[in-house]
Amino acid sequence: MKDFYDVAIIGAGPAGLAAAKAASALGASVIILEREARCGGILNQCIHDGFGLMRYHRALTGPEYAARAIDELEGMRIDILTDAFVSQLVDNGDKKAIIVITRSGLLTINTASIVLATGCRERTRGQIRTPGSRPSGVFTAGLAQSFVNLKGMDIGHRVVILGSGDIGLIMARRLTLEGAKVLGVYEILSKPCGLKRNITQCLYDFGIPLETGMTVSRIIGSKRLEAVEVSQVDSDMKAIDGTARIIECDTLILSVGLIPENELASDLGVKLDPKTNGALTDAILQTSVPGVFACGNCRKVLDLADLVSRQAETAGANAARHALGLGGYEEAAELDVSLPKGWPEKDVINCTLCPRGCSIAFKDGKALGYGCKRGLEYAKTELVSPMRTLTATVLDSKGHCVPIKSGVPVPRSSLVLLRQALKSVRLADHHSGQVACTIDGIEFLSAANG
Amino acid sequence: MRYDVAIIGAGAVGCAIARELSFFKLKVAVLEKSCDVAFGTSGRNSAVCHAGFNNKTTSLMARFCVEGNRLMEGLCQDLGVEYRKTGKFLIGFDEADMRTLEALVEKGKANGCTGLQIVGMDAVHAKVPGVGGIGAMSSPNTAIFDTFGYTVALAENAKANGCDFYFSHAVKSVAEGPDPYRFIIDGAIEAKVLINSAGLFADKVSSLCGVDGYRIYPCKGQYYVYDKIADSTLQVPVYPAPRPGIGGLGIHLTPTIHGNVIAGPSADYQDDPEDYCTTKPVLDQLLSESSLLLGSLRPGQIIASYAGIRPKQAPPSQGGFMDFTIKAEQGRKGLVNLIGIESPGLTASVPIAMHVRDILIDHQRDFGLDMQARENPIRTRKAPVRFASLDREEQARLIKENPDYGTVVCRCQTVTLAEIKKAIDNVLGCRSIASVKYRAWPTTGRCQGGYCMTRIVAELMKSGLKAEEINLRDEGSNLFWGQAR
Repeated sequence: MKDFYDVAIIGAGPAGLAAAKAASALGASVIILEREARCGGILNQCIHDGFGLMRYHRALTGPEYAARAIDELEGMRIDILTDAFVSQLVDNGDKKAIIVITRSGLLTINTASIVLATGCRERTRGQIRTPGSRPSGVFTAGLAQSFVNLKGMDIGHRVVILGSGDIGLIMARRLTLEGAKVLGVYEILSKPCGLKRNITQCLYDFGIPLETGMTVSRIIGSKRLEAVEVSQVDSDMKAIDGTARIIECDTLILSVGLIPENELASDLGVKLDPKTNGALTDAILQTSVPGVFACGNCRKVLDLADLVSRQAETAGANAARHALGLGGYEEAAELDVSLPKGWPEKDVINCTLCPRGCSIAFKDGKALGYGCKRGLEYAKTELVSPMRTLTATVLDSKGHCVPIKSGVPVPRSSLVLLRQALKSVRLADHHSGQVACTIDGIEFLSAANG
Repeated sequence: MRYDVAIIGAGAVGCAIARELSFFKLKVAVLEKSCDVAFGTSGRNSAVCHAGFNNKTTSLMARFCVEGNRLMEGLCQDLGVEYRKTGKFLIGFDEADMRTLEALVEKGKANGCTGLQIVGMDAVHAKVPGVGGIGAMSSPNTAIFDTFGYTVALAENAKANGCDFYFSHAVKSVAEGPDPYRFIIDGAIEAKVLINSAGLFADKVSSLCGVDGYRIYPCKGQYYVYDKIADSTLQVPVYPAPRPGIGGLGIHLTPTIHGNVIAGPSADYQDDPEDYCTTKPVLDQLLSESSLLLGSLRPGQIIASYAGIRPKQAPPSQGGFMDFTIKAEQGRKGLVNLIGIESPGLTASVPIAMHVRDILIDHQRDFGLDMQARENPIRTRKAPVRFASLDREEQARLIKENPDYGTVVCRCQTVTLAEIKKAIDNVLGCRSIASVKYRAWPTTGRCQGGYCMTRIVAELMKSGLKAEEINLRDEGSNLFWGQAR
């Protein structure tokens, strides 16, 4: 630990890690401040696969993606301070001071540049102003994910999901595999917000209905959630009287939007987008406060961790240039690349092998729309016997949840049974990327972060 | 178990009575149907310490409210409860309102309030820019305080003097026992005196004791909670001038001691004393009425909503107002009923408790009590540490002393692990999520527990609870059905 760094990065999720790498590569002294005990941010609880298609050209789980991003810092002179909660940023002109709460004391870290990589938080029931009672059993999707994936909690048995954002869809599949009955996903907009691939693989695979133009108009239950009332909405997104119906359930998962996390930034006077709460930046990702850069979800919520990492490299590099007086700032690339979203088309297979997400159709025995041979093979298999990578957690000898994934895709029809079989597994020794256990001849690899 | 006094209900009033009686050599028990104190009306209100100008002169409400307002600052100091004398403005929007306010100044003076005066909008805007209206009444003695912390502190003080608390104990039967233990509660707890401080259920508890004829009319008030914008938008409670017949004080805006702004409450009668649902039309009404008071409020700043229920004695047909009933019942020796303790019951809680104490002193021979003062009773409670409110030097010192102050559990409110552990390890033994929230104030910020909930759960499990035993509030509000083991 030094008392001055060229670049200080707040947050060690995909944004912070990539920013650190890029800043250090230019010769800047770098410190990463992370409030959690380990790096990786939200990736650590995202045990599903599909990360890294752009950056690493393969499908990784969230923890695996995090592990790679951390490994990339190997050998670089970067100080990483975990369990470090940034409580305040102070602008002293050319220099900035960061007040950090740690278990070994209150630290002040001085820096020339700051990279804000603080991510986002979830919109809550209170913010969408859903009327009704306040029972237990109402979770934001990310909180539910954290309880299920990191702590192995059984959070509910009959589940309704509000919002068709990707985390909600991912949780629909996850909870189904854990044995819950997901009764339906309700989306207030006229079309789904999530990726096509997630609608296919998280809902259609398990027969979970998705209804658009609907909202939860009332929460019912005095202690644990007992039911929700869902209603159709009008063009102002207001519930229409007379369309209400009651769905008995013990759990409501909210996947109703993400809000860039910028309370620290606003302390510093960083200008925020009043609509999204995102930190406003110029083309080089510098905020309204010179020397303070922002990237990833605290700037604007992005669909893919890969895009976050790529943007963060620019922010990190520019923060280093600012600190070192190098000039030659690079402009952030347009990140309009994304996987296709919304309703999957009928009779069309959306390839999930790469970010292009080709829509492949079969007409008169001929395949149309595929971009490569692998894609064609994928589509053929999808037509006859769809295969999926199963991701889940199993317990190790200490009772901790370890993320695992099937070494190869398994038949879609076997997902539920395999998951059941995995529940009795106790891992003795496991190393990330290596076989952790075998069920019915199928190898499952540890997909942990470290 | 045998007690001199059994108190039904652990709201602010029940706990204040327990504390007051714990200064005497009495065996006192408090029975509460919820798993913690302040789970009913005491924890669901505007958290304002009223000055007492609003209540009918010569009423118990007026007398105890004015007295309570006078005592509250010292009480909060003694009990380590956050309190701030903000003053308050009542806003007039037309000439009729201004006449109401002028009359209110006179009524307040008659009630014994000091400092009330009519002021121009410039005086209002000097403290709260942007408020609508044509003139106002200023009440300098109105204050805001931490009502949860207050009730917890009263209970902890009583407990320190030997008072027993029975939580999750809903009284089902009260049988008649032989003198002097005339009350046998649920066949297990015997008491000479039963104090009915059951709030919304006071009519039912009175009936259980054999005294019929009371009826509580539940009257719901809904609130919106805004983010921590009080410092920048509203540092003083702002109320509309009262309008007759609505049974409440009107929808107002109040800063909270924690820096939020709350808007509410509505006033709607309902049958169910436990239906705390918020409803769309009322929430919409809150939005429009609060924007009349302060146009700069934005719906996007709302982080939560809640409802409280007033235990009214007056039906809607009587305009909604009736004085507190506090008396030793003739029909049942040893029964002291407190009926209709609605606003300003929280402000008045300690004067009410002193009044109940005096009733017991007056009737001690009849009731078989010996009201001897305890020698050197504990009258204070140490304030819990609020890490976030300390200066950096003090924070650094605490972390050195105990590294758990260096782990931040709740990011919105900067609540540390040390504070969470202390809250879980409370002397009343309350271990719901809400109990932790009321004591250390996590989960109350803009992320509403999205970040800290997993950490609080982990600490509750370290304290010995299983996953399925962790409740949001009362029994039955479990967060989990189990955990992979």
